[in-house]
Amino acid sequence: MSSGPSNGAAAEPVAMRDEVRVSGERGQREVFCGLTGIIWLHRKIQDAFFLVVGSRTCAHLIQSAAGVMIFAEPRFATAIIDERDLAGLADANVELDRVVGQLLARRPDIKLLFLVGSCPSEVIKLDLSRAALRLSGRFSPRVRVLNYSGSGIETTFTQGEDACLASLVPSLPPHPPQAAPNLLIVGALADIVEDQARQLFADMGLGQVDFFPPRRSTELPSVGVDTRYLLAQPFLADTARALDERGARRIPAPFPLGAEGTLAWLKAAAATCHVDDARFRRATQPAYERALGSLSRYRDQLAGKRVFFFPDSQLEVPLARFLANEMCMELVEVGTPFLHRAHLAAELASLPAGTSVVEGQHVENQLDRCLAAKPDLVVCGLGLANPLEARGLTTKWSIELVFTPIQGFNQAADLAELFARPLVRRTRLVA
Amino acid sequence: MQLTVWTYEGPPHVGAMRIATAMRDVHYVLHAPQGDTYADLLFTMIERLPRRPPVTYTTFQARDLGGDTAELFKRAAAEAYERFQPRAMLVGASCTAELIQDDPGGLARALQLPIPVVPLELPSYQKRENWGAAETFYQLVRTMAAREAPPPGFKRPPRAADVRASCNILGAAALGFRHRDDVRAVTQILEQLGVDINVIAPLGATPADLARLGEADFNVVLYPEIASQAAQWLCRNFDQPTVKVIPLGLAATREFIAEVARIAGVDPSPALAGTPSHSNWYAHSVDSTYLTGKRVFVFGDATHAIAAARIAAEELGFTVVGLGSYSREFARDVREAAGKYGLEALITDDYLQVEAQVAELQPELVLGTQMERHIAKRLGIPCAVISAPVHVQDFPARYSPQMGFEGANVIFDTWVHPLMMGLEEHLLTMFRGDFEFHDAAPASHLGFTAVQPQPAASAAGAARAAWAPEAEKELGKIPFFVRGKARRNTERFAADRSVELITVETLYDAKAHYSR
Repeated sequence: MSSGPSNGAAAEPVAMRDEVRVSGERGQREVFCGLTGIIWLHRKIQDAFFLVVGSRTCAHLIQSAAGVMIFAEPRFATAIIDERDLAGLADANVELDRVVGQLLARRPDIKLLFLVGSCPSEVIKLDLSRAALRLSGRFSPRVRVLNYSGSGIETTFTQGEDACLASLVPSLPPHPPQAAPNLLIVGALADIVEDQARQLFADMGLGQVDFFPPRRSTELPSVGVDTRYLLAQPFLADTARALDERGARRIPAPFPLGAEGTLAWLKAAAATCHVDDARFRRATQPAYERALGSLSRYRDQLAGKRVFFFPDSQLEVPLARFLANEMCMELVEVGTPFLHRAHLAAELASLPAGTSVVEGQHVENQLDRCLAAKPDLVVCGLGLANPLEARGLTTKWSIELVFTPIQGFNQAADLAELFARPLVRRTRLVA
Repeated sequence: MQLTVWTYEGPPHVGAMRIATAMRDVHYVLHAPQGDTYADLLFTMIERLPRRPPVTYTTFQARDLGGDTAELFKRAAAEAYERFQPRAMLVGASCTAELIQDDPGGLARALQLPIPVVPLELPSYQKRENWGAAETFYQLVRTMAAREAPPPGFKRPPRAADVRASCNILGAAALGFRHRDDVRAVTQILEQLGVDINVIAPLGATPADLARLGEADFNVVLYPEIASQAAQWLCRNFDQPTVKVIPLGLAATREFIAEVARIAGVDPSPALAGTPSHSNWYAHSVDSTYLTGKRVFVFGDATHAIAAARIAAEELGFTVVGLGSYSREFARDVREAAGKYGLEALITDDYLQVEAQVAELQPELVLGTQMERHIAKRLGIPCAVISAPVHVQDFPARYSPQMGFEGANVIFDTWVHPLMMGLEEHLLTMFRGDFEFHDAAPASHLGFTAVQPQPAASAAGAARAAWAPEAEKELGKIPFFVRGKARRNTERFAADRSVELITVETLYDAKAHYSR
């Protein structure tokens, strides 16, 4: 969980890290809570179901954030707490058991059920870990029941995925001591990104590569002291801690965004797994060069443009590094909800000198700064995008960066295009 | 605890947001955890408003719970006042803040702001969005208008002959289904009648406008779900009668004009003259004969569902086979309306229950909300949206009201368009083997691929008779939009008579039985 900066609305520098200025601020946060992660996680793990134990607000949030009701039969639902449940906790547990029974009868295909805690379930101290144990006992071996919190008081947006994956780590089978060491890629990735990465690792001669989360809950990778893991996403603090506790060791690396980011990410794994340089080059050079070529077109459109990030997914720092170093953009401000200094060490070190990184949020003050700076492009959430467009600014919705395959060599240009498109659009519209 | 896949309504504080966002110079300070700011995107993305909703969220986190969340609220409210300078402030709690019981009303009072502050008590674990909107609007109206209220027992004196009648238009809010356009359509009618409009609220109104609501002679309530409580209070305190007819559909629009004319004491003929409606003639034209008796299922908020059922039955010649609403507060009205069609109303906010009923009834057209679009898509049934909850598509760029004569035209087009055109339907029935125009293909004017109709749910509980292969084949010749119904009826017919094998004869026996 975020320990966060101290109280006080103003953005005051609280730390100097190399030449990057990191400051913190507090106030209204215009960010999603961790429940939102269910939108992609339920598509990623295809036999899992996510049952939020929460209020009508939780149910409304997920259906609204999901681009509004896109799936006829989603693998998520909400057990809406009502007055009677608030009257006595024992009753709430009985009710929860009933709802889970009803759900599993309706969806016999479900193998893994996550009970997802919410703000109200946490405030009334409904113990979902005990409920998960109880229900696991009742429905095993057909269904395994786990729990995690996606509440807004505990998690911000992508931290929901972190909490979900962390809850899954204790279920990972132990890596047999006599088996070859394995490499674990951690963080939900689009299937296409995963397939490409798998091929690149194979070309480097790395056979034992697993992805976590897997596409099916029955394909959980093993973990043990011989496991090295590479984070594919920058928001996995608790998951990393849980893997460390299982004896696995993290490979420090930047994140696979952009051609350089992807190369450095792969290189870190290759070095750890003793892949020789020549073989690494043979495996990666064609895709790397292709990525460089495809990026040059967008560099013409983006170079010199000034970009401002509002905090959203914790992807902001790696994205800013990509835009500054590979697209030659100028960083006005890099807002991020939470800065994991260890996991982002390589990223922070690569940011241009003088970059302003702001952790936390006071949305009104940040809007003032943004409007005063008049950046060429604003990366922000859905609540702010149209109002800023109406004020004459050009915006990129940040949620698209979480829902689109953007990692890896072959997606580098797609990532650049996401930032270029709003700028191009504005030049096209004459009226 | 209720298992919920989709919800028809948000929590009550979202209803309060719909009022605050519709108005000007109002600010809402909401005690809420991080994440509840998602509600902003309903307005900025779905309704595409070019400004942020006037809402400040305290966005407390776990670490604040140990400390002083009350102080956090006070600071947020004071900052919001300083920054936005509203003329009235709403304060309240979302579901989680309700549990920590910080009393936003009391905290805001302690700030002694120089503007009216309206504390909202919106029980999140009990009530829902429309209730929250109605309560918020009522509380705001009461706060602003009470100081202008005449002494109890006041009787409105008759209007002088040289003074034009005036009214308020109440109920239009942010995120409403076509509210913006309905207000324009109704305003036009009132202008034709020579009735002045005193205040339109909440849409576009300021707190000062609410203070002068009492100056009008009467109120027009467009959306009772949002405005009837406020209108009742105005009626009691200012002796303002309420026009209760909702001008949805041609007949209701005429009745609305008559009612306004009666209450205002004006001549209805200018608004009725040369009724500029195509829908009536289109419905009478021979091309519409194929609409006769089409079986429709209607579900939405109470006002729109009741009106849709009437339009379907009386203005398009459909047969209403199901009528329901998620508006529990108006359940009695919906039940009464359903009675007119010999139906039992479905009053529920459980999406799964609605889905089950649509599957059971196998209607030829579903008139519902965005949720029913899912159901209809899954079951391969044409669908048109008649009510909130809304999607970005329900905010068309063009003028597209539901109310008034133009609204009746829009409704005719919107409901008829998803259906297959008359002669095409006949041709399909005559020639089934055509590789392009087979019955799984969509209506030819709808360019997209039709979803394969799902096999109809069989009559629950009844022991199912087996289908002889030739009977199954014969069933396949029945047009797809009535096939599910035919299968169900035949199975029920067979079950009632303990027939174990359904033959072609059974199929036609059942057809004859049910067509009586």
